[in-house]
Amino acid sequence: MTTTFDLIVVGGGINGASVALFCARAGMRVALIERDQICRGASGVNAGTLTLQMTRVALIPYALEAHAMWANAPEWLGHDVGVVVCDGLSLAFTEGEEELLTYRAARRREAGAPIEIITGTEAQGIEPGLGASVRVAGWCPIDGFANAYLTGLAYRRALVEAGVALLERTMARGVDETQPFVVNTDRGPIRGRRLVIAGGVWIEPMLAWLGVKLPIKVLINQLSVTERVAPVMRTQVGIASGLLSLKQYPHGTVVIGGGWQGWGNRETGRSGIVPDSIIGNVRLACHAIPALAEARLARSWTGFEAETADVLPAVGPVPGIPEAYVCGSIHSGYTSAPYIAKLLAQCILGQEPERLLFPIDRLLLQSASAATVS
Amino acid sequence: MVVETDLVVVGAGPAGTSAALAAANAGLGVILIDEAREAGGQVYRAPARTLTAAIKTRDRDAAAGVRLRAALDRSSVRFERGLRVWSIGERFRTDTVGPEGVRTFKAPRLIAAGGAFERTVPFPGWTLPGVMGLAAATILLKSEAMLPGRRVVIAGCGPLLAAVAAKVSGGGGDVAAVIDMASRRQWASVMLQLATRFNLLREGAGWVLGLARRRVPIHFASTIRRIDEADGLLSVEIGPVDGKGRARPGRSSLINDVDAVAVGHGLVPGVEITRLAGAAHTYDRLRGGWVPVLDAMGRTTIEGLYAAGDGCGIRGALSAATAGTLAGLAAAGDAGALDPDTLASKSEPQLKEAVRLDRFSAAVSELLALRPGQVADIAPDTVVCRCEDVRRADIDAAIADGAADVNQLKHFTRCGMGPCQGRMCGDVVGELVALHAGSREAAGAWTPRPPLRPVPLADLIGSYSYNDMPIPKPVPL
Repeated sequence: MTTTFDLIVVGGGINGASVALFCARAGMRVALIERDQICRGASGVNAGTLTLQMTRVALIPYALEAHAMWANAPEWLGHDVGVVVCDGLSLAFTEGEEELLTYRAARRREAGAPIEIITGTEAQGIEPGLGASVRVAGWCPIDGFANAYLTGLAYRRALVEAGVALLERTMARGVDETQPFVVNTDRGPIRGRRLVIAGGVWIEPMLAWLGVKLPIKVLINQLSVTERVAPVMRTQVGIASGLLSLKQYPHGTVVIGGGWQGWGNRETGRSGIVPDSIIGNVRLACHAIPALAEARLARSWTGFEAETADVLPAVGPVPGIPEAYVCGSIHSGYTSAPYIAKLLAQCILGQEPERLLFPIDRLLLQSASAATVS
Repeated sequence: MVVETDLVVVGAGPAGTSAALAAANAGLGVILIDEAREAGGQVYRAPARTLTAAIKTRDRDAAAGVRLRAALDRSSVRFERGLRVWSIGERFRTDTVGPEGVRTFKAPRLIAAGGAFERTVPFPGWTLPGVMGLAAATILLKSEAMLPGRRVVIAGCGPLLAAVAAKVSGGGGDVAAVIDMASRRQWASVMLQLATRFNLLREGAGWVLGLARRRVPIHFASTIRRIDEADGLLSVEIGPVDGKGRARPGRSSLINDVDAVAVGHGLVPGVEITRLAGAAHTYDRLRGGWVPVLDAMGRTTIEGLYAAGDGCGIRGALSAATAGTLAGLAAAGDAGALDPDTLASKSEPQLKEAVRLDRFSAAVSELLALRPGQVADIAPDTVVCRCEDVRRADIDAAIADGAADVNQLKHFTRCGMGPCQGRMCGDVVGELVALHAGSREAAGAWTPRPPLRPVPLADLIGSYSYNDMPIPKPVPL
């Protein structure tokens, strides 16, 4: 390919796809390189939770903006991602959890999330499916969920309409040159003036192409889904510790998540569930919504989540490499990704981002932070 | 609690039971697991306990089943009955649920012998009540001594047609017609290849003569075009097909006042375990679809994982037993329970038998294999994924929208996301995607995930106290 693109994005998850979309709509010629298919990794297999009660305090202002974007996805994305906006409840069953919940809700409220602490009885009024043992709950009217597996279809259509050159099933193997960038792929070199690294947990090896060493912890989140069942709940339910997410989709299936860990390997890409961990997660779910016990488990799966040392996003310019950027490791990433990616797109387009980015300088290993590509 | 042993065998049909017996006889500790209460699998299915006396054990399969179960009873194999395997993990941790809740086994070696699924190539009306698989009709007949209906149409392909028809008819049911996709010429060629298998021929001829005596119409080179329902009765429209399964122009006819239709279009290997474990697979149309890559002894590409029986390619019960014995011997040899010479001498006659049986089963396999023209003919408004109500037109639209393989198609349409997790429609969907992707390899296969079968959450969670639950530490604020 002899074209020199204005922007090359490596990684077609929700981060990379959003940056590509906003930059293309602003007039840039964009190439999006994805080794599999658009939003088929973590972006397509996550729990789709759009909650503020699992979001880090520092990210609440971003998540509020992103929630509003999700709620009217058809308007700006052009396609439906099956978003349901509903009440969210975070439950406390024990005294310890009540303390944790009350403290955390207050901090999140200070950051702008409209969370109120309500009694167990009040919580049952909002969610009749709840078990009797709820002491208190955090209630937030801004909550909900998307249908994560539809993300790929929606984004793919939007990217095609925006004229993005979609290079799916194309493996990026390295960056051969900078200024302009030459990305080495299994389908030949791709040239571009700007580069965004958005490869999920693989941003660590990808940044290493540029001589930048950003340690990324790999989480292997497990999820489970039941068969379609008659309505057992109508809200998005979590618990104080953040280790449960539970919602029933309009078609009847219930998705059970909460970050219980499976096994996996970033190098091979292989991952799988840990049975005891599935059972723990399901017990927690059935403790919250007892009627769920009558459903059958249809499928459990895993997805890779990236985490930085301070559990905050890695979004901004790559130090020492002009026109190179990184976008990843957004905690509760699916919720906030469209908005945070929009901010990065503003930065790439030479505008002042509406809110601060999360530059990675703070996270780089000292020994490698000054490295440049020769 | 985890029960450890030398070898876990999953599936107690002819392959798994033979494997367990061979390995146990060589001195391995063996745990054999099956969903059913009795060993035998589908072909040698045992009658329900209350019916044992009522069901005559005259036919060949029933007698073989009795012998198999007796051999198992006499052996040192620990048979864990009525357990549903839901997860297979590293170094063969095997998680099950059953009447006593969750139970876990672990062994350095595992033999997958899960058998096959029936394929139904969709046509209008295939999801109506009263329409069932040939295999489902077989279960009713063998296990429950129950007729699928009073007036039954039996349709599809392969030797099961005549077997089910004979059983329905013998049990006092009225077989309205047998609709066979194969032509007389195709059958003649199969018979020729089976010429030296006198017992099989005699049995097959017996079924056919029995049907002829009862004046059951047999329509060769024909297929069901559609089924309609009115006042609780079914009317079945049939018409001619060519050798590739494509509808031929020609007169269609109606069979009315039917209350059950048993229809099956061959078998698909059940490869959930070998795929979940990450073994290499290859597409083999003749043997029913995706099959694990195996050596002659049944070793997969994963160390310690073996496979045998119809789950490795459709070859029938006799081949399954031979392959099972070989896999059991291989596991024993690899575990050091048999020295190389003994392993070689015990394997040699079985290897020869496997090669001999392969020739015969190839002839029958051709009758059972997917006919591409039949899939190409599926009408746009026909439901393909019955769990999620996904039609042919929805699949074609998703492909036009960029779905390049079956997994992307699944995300776009929910096709294969229901309780069967694509076991029923997967082979047909793969073929539909291949029409655009170019090949079955390019169309791919669903990503395998647990549970291997749907499991009730109540069985998984058992009884527990919230305060005793090990809950990981809270995520950071």
